[in-house]
Amino acid sequence: MAQYQLVHFNLNGKDVERMVDVRASLTDMLRNDYHMTSVKKGCEVGECGACNVIIDGECFNSCIYLAVWAEGKRIRTLESLMGPNGELSDIQQAFIEETAVQCGFCTPGFIMTAVEILESGKLYTDAELRKLLSGHLCRCTGYENILRAVKKTMYRRLGLPMPAEPEA
Amino acid sequence: MYDMKALYQAASVEEAVALRLEHPAAQIIAGGSDVLVQMREGKRAGAELISIYGIDALRGVSMEPDGTLRIGSLTSFSHITRDPLIQKYINVLGEAVDQVGGPQIRNIGTIGGNTCNGVTSADSASTLHAWDAVIELTGKNGVRRLPIRDFYIKAGEVDIRAEDGEIQTAVLIPKESYEDCFGHYIKYAMRNAMDIATLGTSVNVRLSADKKTVERARVAFGVAGPVPLRAATAEAMAKGQIVSLELAERFAQAVTADINPRDSWRAAKDFRLHIAVESAKRAFIESVKLAGGEL
Repeated sequence: MAQYQLVHFNLNGKDVERMVDVRASLTDMLRNDYHMTSVKKGCEVGECGACNVIIDGECFNSCIYLAVWAEGKRIRTLESLMGPNGELSDIQQAFIEETAVQCGFCTPGFIMTAVEILESGKLYTDAELRKLLSGHLCRCTGYENILRAVKKTMYRRLGLPMPAEPEA
Repeated sequence: MYDMKALYQAASVEEAVALRLEHPAAQIIAGGSDVLVQMREGKRAGAELISIYGIDALRGVSMEPDGTLRIGSLTSFSHITRDPLIQKYINVLGEAVDQVGGPQIRNIGTIGGNTCNGVTSADSASTLHAWDAVIELTGKNGVRRLPIRDFYIKAGEVDIRAEDGEIQTAVLIPKESYEDCFGHYIKYAMRNAMDIATLGTSVNVRLSADKKTVERARVAFGVAGPVPLRAATAEAMAKGQIVSLELAERFAQAVTADINPRDSWRAAKDFRLHIAVESAKRAFIESVKLAGGEL
């Protein structure tokens, strides 16, 4: 017997509401009801981070988050980063510059974690950044370019010069 | 879509207790990072769920009038790590739960879920055992409190009475248990993130005022038996002894008297015994240093 519930929440700055099947994950709802296709279905068991979104300021894997739990929350997906004329945000541009994107499937999840990191306004060490980014799997890039893109944007936003890379 | 039969949502502890009594076969879901994954794997497919995730009253860390540290059962791992009371009185717990899964898992995973699963590898479990945590359950008969070592019955089974409508409402650390204690946790796993402990070791010590003598040493392990366990022989041996590297060695060797790890695909029994001794030694030395001792 199907069970539905009305779920109101704020999606990328806009208040929305929809009747939702209680069996839906937040990934299901964001993709199917709101067409937020940046939210990827990867492992669907909370390991790969491809479905990562920001809920009330913290990152969550939306695949293991019930859609009905979104009630009253503020949810941000990658779509929220786009400028009024379709411009990319600084962190997205940095991913392109550093070739931190290959197939692109992990990218939206990684970028939303990067957004949480960058919005903290803190200066992290490489070791801290690696740990903060560790909830995502990327099978293409080997992670170094992703780390560099996040680090570069962190330094830019803090108005600090990027330290020289240690020689290989 | 998850294959669930029905979802009941509680907004308060009273509602959760009432729902449990009404639907005795239903599974409680807190953050869901275990239950939903098991459901996806088919293990809990078709189950009824009672979601307690919306009970905000069970979130946060506070200090009770008698000095007991109270951790609401739905407090997430990341909030425990960042909490000033945890950092001040039982920092090792914040460090231990900062090694669970990855960042997103630490935002959804709760300390209550971690303990109610009854799994030996839970990163919070060995530290909570080592600090004599008390589990608070609330049901139709009111509040029941029991030591964490009595809470764990066997692998995957804890003393939570569905027939009484019980849910876990808090994890308590009594003042006597944390006062002047300093501890260290070592998770041994194959990766630094998104891995389950091959062995978890949590040691804490309280030293004499002159920092020369061990007043009390406690050590607990995860994955050294079917449930988290203490190594009482080693603890008794270290009590009242003069702090030294030689004591750290003897303390570490003594843990083998009480632990009983198994062979599994993750690691062999002999290997677990080896890392238990080595981790106990390192965690003991680190704890003594944190307590201000020299060795």
